[in-house]
Amino acid sequence: MANGRSVGTEKKRSTDIVPIRIPPEVPDQSEDPRRSDVDEWGRSERTRALVRALYEPLYSKWFRAEWEGLDKIPSEGGALLVANHAGAIPSDAPVIMHGIEKELQRPVYGMADYFFRTVPVVGTLWARAGGVSARPANAYRLLKEQNQLALVFPEGTKGPSKSFTDRYQLRRFGRGGFVEIAMRAGVPVIPIAVIGSEEAMPVLFRLPSVAKALGLPYFPVTANLLAMGPIGMVMPFPAKFRLRVLDPIHFNVPPDQDRYSKSRVMEEAEHIRTQLQESVYDMLRDRRSVWFG
Amino acid sequence: MGRRILVTGADTFWGGRMIQALEADPSMDVILGMGAREPSVPFERAEFVRADQNYSILNRIVKATQVDTILHTFMITNSATVPNRAMHEINVIGTMNLLAAAGAAGSSVRHVVVKSSTLVYGSSAADPSTFHEDTPRAGPARNGIERALIEAESLVRDFSEDNPATLVTVLRFANVLGTHLSTPISRNLSRPVCPSIFGFDPLLQFVEEDDVVRALLHVTRGSIPGLYNVAGDGRLPWSEVAGICGSRLVPLSPFSPLKIRPLARLFDLPTELEDLLRYGRGVDTRRLAATGFDYRATSAGAVQSFIRALRLRRVAGNSPSSYRYEYDVEQFFRHSPAVTGVSET
Repeated sequence: MANGRSVGTEKKRSTDIVPIRIPPEVPDQSEDPRRSDVDEWGRSERTRALVRALYEPLYSKWFRAEWEGLDKIPSEGGALLVANHAGAIPSDAPVIMHGIEKELQRPVYGMADYFFRTVPVVGTLWARAGGVSARPANAYRLLKEQNQLALVFPEGTKGPSKSFTDRYQLRRFGRGGFVEIAMRAGVPVIPIAVIGSEEAMPVLFRLPSVAKALGLPYFPVTANLLAMGPIGMVMPFPAKFRLRVLDPIHFNVPPDQDRYSKSRVMEEAEHIRTQLQESVYDMLRDRRSVWFG
Repeated sequence: MGRRILVTGADTFWGGRMIQALEADPSMDVILGMGAREPSVPFERAEFVRADQNYSILNRIVKATQVDTILHTFMITNSATVPNRAMHEINVIGTMNLLAAAGAAGSSVRHVVVKSSTLVYGSSAADPSTFHEDTPRAGPARNGIERALIEAESLVRDFSEDNPATLVTVLRFANVLGTHLSTPISRNLSRPVCPSIFGFDPLLQFVEEDDVVRALLHVTRGSIPGLYNVAGDGRLPWSEVAGICGSRLVPLSPFSPLKIRPLARLFDLPTELEDLLRYGRGVDTRRLAATGFDYRATSAGAVQSFIRALRLRRVAGNSPSSYRYEYDVEQFFRHSPAVTGVSET
């Protein structure tokens, strides 16, 4: 009944005036307005391809990185990679990220202190190239919901700021937050021991007053700076990089708990730190030259 | 039995849109629009009642009309519209009085829906990439509007605890883009140049104007309580949004935000945008989707809908609003015995 009437009025109207059908206002799906390929993490595959192409010579010719036990990194599923950290601008992060992506074709989400985000240009480039700020919520989302590889340095800024004499001594592993996140996300922790980063940009001494004035976590005076001048600010020495992947550690605890035993967390964190420290010493025993390996 | 609903901010953009949308729903028996000024859009059957911004007469209205639902759209989420003090009056004191009336002894109110904003999460370097509804913000609020919204939300939370029989819904909307709404972001994007902060290219998430109305309708009709983020899928860098809109970015100095104040005035850059243009904000929207709400537009779709409207406005100009609220006329159509009740359209 109602239907018939509406058809009638439509017919009548069409004789009265020129029939113009106004299309209903629906979002136009045909045209995709996106212009860049930046994803929710701020990564851009195009930027990353460019960065990989630029970094490749540095990785294989300058640092001549060599891996041991790469097969211990799973080809799918989330895992938390944990490594030691050294050098004023630590080259261990890009070497691990680039190396795993090159050898295993898996992207690695490098997690850095959120301080990076506050630095203009650097923060944006870091995000576009695949870096993520080291927040527990971010790590959980990557590991649990997106089954990705995330890389953390539990030493934090205490790692890169250690002076040359302590270069092989691992610092305290934070408060064990990385273990807790791996437990919560139900993923294994895979430790990676790295040597070479220490000599690529050794810290001779630090200037705390300058750091404070500039609002930086530390301000190092590096050997590179003295040897190469201003370019040494960013240019590492060609130290030989060796990386050893240790056995994955599964915690066998139920995921998504509100709390985990603090003593267990600290114990596991300390255990991982000891393992990494021993591997570093072990690799140093086999090393004949800093530059040639 | 039909619903009796009261909508605050009937004179504002969102109040007007919501009343028009509710009028199309036959299950809404009575629709009351409350506002400090006259409505700017025509209502077909909703009644308009003028009230000051503190809702001092709300208690009487609720008692007299026995409304069962209050839709609180009158929350300022853009500090450029009113001075800080007035904004505090509206967001905090207004919400407080509204909840007091809704929670009075023997109140008929069974459902309160509040339109809030993702501004409550703030925007800082320490933020996670994605905020869930219960992720705490990374630091204390840095501007008045965020403080006011957080305070208003905490009043709503208290109300919800004190009145377990009343359903309470809070929707936190991301930045809105769409066909009609004018915000500092949309105004900047419609100009040939728009501000950015040098060295920063934040990821932003948008929600389409119509999805805002649809989300509010969805929770109101379905009587769905809870706290929900509302935003389109995906995020876009600010540079890309400006690029799509054909606006060139003017980088402002990233140091000492005090120095950019004069520029901020030139650019229509309220304080809450300064942080957003550095660090952006992303929210998780799965909780609302799980209640059965389907978004019409993604973040990119919201930008798309905005640019289509903008293209039209650029060539055809603004369509002038022909409507003026006349008390006598509205009263005549609603209450004169001569009006037959058959719709004019």
